[in-house]
Amino acid sequence: MSGIVEIVIAGLILLGAAFVLIGSWGLVRLPSTMERLHGPTKATTLGLGGLLLASVVFFQVRLGVWTAHELLISLFLFITAPISANMIAKVHLHRARTGDRPDHDGIAGPPPRPDPDGEGEWATFEAPHTDTQASIENP
Amino acid sequence: MIAIALQIAAIAIALALLLNGWRLYRGPALADRILALDTMVINVIAVIVVIGMMGGNDTYFEAALLLAMVGFVSTIAYCKFLLRGDIVE
Repeated sequence: MSGIVEIVIAGLILLGAAFVLIGSWGLVRLPSTMERLHGPTKATTLGLGGLLLASVVFFQVRLGVWTAHELLISLFLFITAPISANMIAKVHLHRARTGDRPDHDGIAGPPPRPDPDGEGEWATFEAPHTDTQASIENP
Repeated sequence: MIAIALQIAAIAIALALLLNGWRLYRGPALADRILALDTMVINVIAVIVVIGMMGGNDTYFEAALLLAMVGFVSTIAYCKFLLRGDIVE
């Protein structure tokens, strides 16, 4: 294994591990729930992408085999991370609005609060619609 | 050099898992705990990848792929249950 490839693999591993650690540190350190969403969903996913890229190069050089599993894992994670972050944010908004606990102002300013008249709300507790095509065909 | 980098990465990911566990224990909101569990799954995938590279064995990635899928589905199931009181309506 040549020296440059080794340096590239080691650098990718260290970069990925550093981003994973930074994401978890953000999860602990940031003050409000909406801000805490940023650390794991962005930094940790990126760090895992770096580690998986390192392993693609590693197995290509070490064993001489082309493994596509890592690329599948990173593709899957990059697709699913925003979806789960969106769902967690919806849970947080829903529980804040149904009076679970008050929402504190974060360092990024106050979070969006519900209007008193209920206009322009996020539909976190909407019942299924009864007048759509799918609901008419599948009662 | 790669062996040393892998050991440093293993230590960093273990530290990250400890931080996630602290957030899982402390809360305070329920969304924080779900987020901590979701991050723990991603960090465990990172642990599996590092172990696979340490052993030079690429069979570990099947487990990592399965864990990625199960982790995503479980996060969505938790969120759906909290939002709707039911998972599959």
